[in-house]
Amino acid sequence: MELVVFVLASAMMLVGALGVITRSNPVHAALSLILTLFGVAVHFVALEAYFLAAVQIIVYAGAIVVLFLFVIMLLGVDKAEDLATEPLVAQRWLAGIAGLGLLGLLVVAVSRGVEVLRPRGNGLDTAAQGADGDANIQQLAQSVFGDYVVAFELTSVLLVVAVVGTVMLARRRMAGEA
Amino acid sequence: MIALDPMLEGDVLWTPLLIVVLKVLVVFVVGLVATMLMVWFERKVIAGMQNRIGPNKAGPFGLLQTLADGIKLFFKEDLLPRRSDKFVFALAPFLSLVPAFLAFAIIPLGGDYRDGNDGVVTWFGVETRVQLADPHIGVLFALAISSIAVYGIMLAGWSSGSKYPLLGSVRASAQMVSYEAALGLSLASVILISGTLSTSGIVAAQSTLTDWHVVATGIVPFIIFLIAATAELNRPPFDLVEAEQELVGGFNTEYSSIRFALFFLAEFMNTVTMSALIVTLFFGGPQPISYGGITLDIPLIPNGLEGTIWLLGKVLVFLYVYVWFRATLPRLRYDQLMDLGWKVLIPGSLAWFMLLAAQRLARNEGWNVFTTTAAAVVVLGACYALLQGAFAISNKTREREGAQF
Repeated sequence: MELVVFVLASAMMLVGALGVITRSNPVHAALSLILTLFGVAVHFVALEAYFLAAVQIIVYAGAIVVLFLFVIMLLGVDKAEDLATEPLVAQRWLAGIAGLGLLGLLVVAVSRGVEVLRPRGNGLDTAAQGADGDANIQQLAQSVFGDYVVAFELTSVLLVVAVVGTVMLARRRMAGEA
Repeated sequence: MIALDPMLEGDVLWTPLLIVVLKVLVVFVVGLVATMLMVWFERKVIAGMQNRIGPNKAGPFGLLQTLADGIKLFFKEDLLPRRSDKFVFALAPFLSLVPAFLAFAIIPLGGDYRDGNDGVVTWFGVETRVQLADPHIGVLFALAISSIAVYGIMLAGWSSGSKYPLLGSVRASAQMVSYEAALGLSLASVILISGTLSTSGIVAAQSTLTDWHVVATGIVPFIIFLIAATAELNRPPFDLVEAEQELVGGFNTEYSSIRFALFFLAEFMNTVTMSALIVTLFFGGPQPISYGGITLDIPLIPNGLEGTIWLLGKVLVFLYVYVWFRATLPRLRYDQLMDLGWKVLIPGSLAWFMLLAAQRLARNEGWNVFTTTAAAVVVLGACYALLQGAFAISNKTREREGAQF
């Protein structure tokens, strides 16, 4: 049963991921991305991380990709791109080399680092969950707001800074034009 | 173990499996019939409010009018605009229909709550709850589904290959993402009070009138949830997605025949689901109303069925409220919509959540609840002043740059 779920979800993710890079229409690519995100959510459910699965759908599939689509529609770039033209010279070659390099690094890291890649942190104690449906969220809250609260708050500060910076950049340009 | 239903613990046997299949069928049929009746109810009530008669030809009191409309739409020609994106155009109605049906699955639809029972009923010798699924993530599932529901409308507008539907879908995406936040934040207060995410758990935590937490969740979070849910459903006064006067017909302008009908099926089904969700979160779901030791009883009805009747009664109140909204409130302007969502509802629900959390912390740590609440109120007042200051500055900047509103 677990194998079937794993294979189906992984197939979903791979089909989606291939769709993201092969579809020439940005809207179709965004739709493929949703398929991938759903696949990840199924994996989370199979790993008994129910809260993460829900958040994955609410935040990524429900908000972030919607914003992608919103920007695509608002800017009117929703036409299929002509793949024959190359806006940046030699970018494909460089992308290919970088991709192969990354693949090589990952293969080496995984094959040599099986011993090192042990679970870090407290992890989710799925055995303790039992019939209590909320144990999952309690453990996660303990982790995020207890053990790693400084890192968590720093991340939120980083996000706020990014938002403020974006607004500042966008506004300054508008004032300059006017 | 994916569900909390007592039926699904241990080995999966044939009887539980059959019960699940039966539940799926019942939920599907009940959903469809409820939608059909909701369309009739809305037309009839709105007709009454506008001093008309409303549908009265098909069947008794015009009850079968929706069925007749549906049959008519099935036989109409299905048009496919030449400039449309064929695949997405065909997909979009289903993307809005499927979430509508999925969300219905987690609503507790009835059960035996009398004499200290917690809603578990026995069918064919198996203990189970009267709801299709009771997942761990509970109400988060409803949030996830309502955030997925935006795709149907959005892609319908985009794939039509025409200006007005596109405008409608751009509005839809911005509106639904904005109000999703308010919806989730007002829900957080309910979860904090009941201490569980599971819908059956939330219902079980509201067994008497005093457990409804009328002050804690029944006023601020409830009103915010009701407004945000109306916006999330794209119902009037938040129906900018299909503002006829501005957008011809909105996102569904290019749709015809049964595809058009599917959007409306989804919309009305979502209205029913949202009303049921409101009842589940704030008003005790299928539990009978009880205060002190007294529980209201419906005579002659077996206890197992009584929950469903209570739920139906409570849901009908909110369905009526939605129709009432539509009949009385004028549509918001777009900037008013965004102001309401981002400047009133989201800060409001966050502030209320903080207040409740402070009180909970004070109780857990043994602090003086009154002092803690007062401190929280002072902090919130300072936050409110800061927010108002920020709004004043942004308004001044906007005026300087020559914005019209």
